[in-house]
Amino acid sequence: MRLVEIEFRPKKRSDWQVKARLRDVRIGIAQINPVLGDIEANVDKHLEFIRRAVDDKCGLVVFPELSLTGYVLEDLSYDVAVDIKSSAINRLRECSGDVSIIAGFIHHTSDHQFKIASAYFEDGEIVHVHHKVYLVTYGLFDEGRFCAPGDRIRAFNTKFGRQAVLICEDLWHPSSMVIAAGDGADIIHAPAASPGRGVSGSSQQLGSSRTWHDLTRTYSQMFVNYGTFANRVGYEDGINYYGLSQIVGPDGAILAEAPADEECLIAADLTDGALRRARISTPLRRDEKLELTIEELRRIKTERSQ
Amino acid sequence: MNPFSSAQSGFIDRIDDNLCLDAKLAIGVLEGFIRNEVNKVGFSKAVVALSGGIDSALSLAVAARAMGPGNVLALLMPYRTSSPASRNDAEELVEKLGVQSKIIDVSDMVDAYVNEYELSNIRKGNVMARARMIALYDHSEEFTGLVVGTSNKTELLLGYGTIYGDMASAINPLGDLYKTQVRQISEAMELPESILNKAPSADLWEGQQDEDEIGFTYRDIDRLLYLLIDERWSASEITSSGIELQFVDQLISRVRRNQFKRRPPIIAKISERTIEREFRYPRDWGV
Repeated sequence: MRLVEIEFRPKKRSDWQVKARLRDVRIGIAQINPVLGDIEANVDKHLEFIRRAVDDKCGLVVFPELSLTGYVLEDLSYDVAVDIKSSAINRLRECSGDVSIIAGFIHHTSDHQFKIASAYFEDGEIVHVHHKVYLVTYGLFDEGRFCAPGDRIRAFNTKFGRQAVLICEDLWHPSSMVIAAGDGADIIHAPAASPGRGVSGSSQQLGSSRTWHDLTRTYSQMFVNYGTFANRVGYEDGINYYGLSQIVGPDGAILAEAPADEECLIAADLTDGALRRARISTPLRRDEKLELTIEELRRIKTERSQ
Repeated sequence: MNPFSSAQSGFIDRIDDNLCLDAKLAIGVLEGFIRNEVNKVGFSKAVVALSGGIDSALSLAVAARAMGPGNVLALLMPYRTSSPASRNDAEELVEKLGVQSKIIDVSDMVDAYVNEYELSNIRKGNVMARARMIALYDHSEEFTGLVVGTSNKTELLLGYGTIYGDMASAINPLGDLYKTQVRQISEAMELPESILNKAPSADLWEGQQDEDEIGFTYRDIDRLLYLLIDERWSASEITSSGIELQFVDQLISRVRRNQFKRRPPIIAKISERTIEREFRYPRDWGV
């Protein structure tokens, strides 16, 4: 078994040129309720949902943000943080031959930084780790007090095609999507720990779930990619995570949606054919003016710093 | 049992050195804290529940320095089984400090409830602590004095106190001082010898002693808590320094289990702005 360096670098310079084409695959979202601060219990829960995903013929199963630790960690962040050689991570790695896995944890880096991470496991290897770039430190969130932000957004090749993982708040910055889509990701994942809030007026929907569903669908349409919103359920310190995870197609169609507040596995079939049709009918990626965007951003950066 | 017997003496000495405070500096901070917090909310007086133990004695002594003895009311609230020696110690301290005092026998109040049920020692002790809290807050109103708390850092971390009982206060000068530091500062303040030397006891039933009940000495507990809390040592680092595993595990689990006592009740989040979550003004906002 090969350990892959955690600071992900493309294996070769031609990574983009050998961009993996999307293979038809069934993917699942494990909408779970992690036990706060108990990694071993959470690994057990992951293994249970991994088995269910295998039974459901999934090639990939996506777990929510911080699925191995729970979310409202505060000072617990330092206690539950692991490096990628830890036994908890190895237990997931070992079963990633049957189904690829995206799971979340606090990554204790070699220079003793603590980062909110989601790793992509495939065939006994970690092929990618994304560190949350946009730590939420406003409202009810306090991530920046305890964690260090990631410093890169990269798409990566897998046996099912080119994918990207962004974590929760990363998606609230559309520039993250511009980078992930620009880097060629055909499936863009959003592991999340979205708390229910905004029970207000006559709306029968939580304000936060409405925003997330708008984001997931709009992004998939505008960037013409498959998208997942893998949210968790359960309560932590009075905060309710509502679930309602979604798998969305490149035309914005909802392919699968989980119920509120229940642990469950949902799954949908992704096909290269549907992606091809969406890219023909809405060729936004083809028409995207990357050079123009880069030049204008460069100009803005220069003018701003003057 | 000495859980530190396998640890190197230099290691223990360093902890003890760090636990040892400059008493003058600490007392100055506590005095300023009480004066500031009491005055800030428009009060000029303080009320302290005085048991005759070292914690309440120190709170009272610092409050007397901060507010002037005439502005401090010591409430002595014995139950019929309370230790007479403690009562004497409390009265001696009241006299020494020159603070106002009042004796309220909580026996009838407690027994009115206790006699209805078969209560274990723990339940009965909790009822006593909460009966005292009722009298204390009532006198806070009557005396127009703020309730100054007496729970130290060791007790708060171990959860060795009654929630809404002796843990209730408006301001707490001792909450960041370990038990051994309370003792050290009390010595510097020259509290009566009998208070300094007696074995720590919650005195909720006859013969009760903290260290018997908890199973370890405050000296050892404070050393361990200092490493865990103040210096953020991990359990495995501590045990590999020769400190007994069972002791470490027991204390960590106790600190964890009692986290709820140190936090306000959790509120079910519904709106966009929940008290204590997104609604986070400092307490001083209200003054």
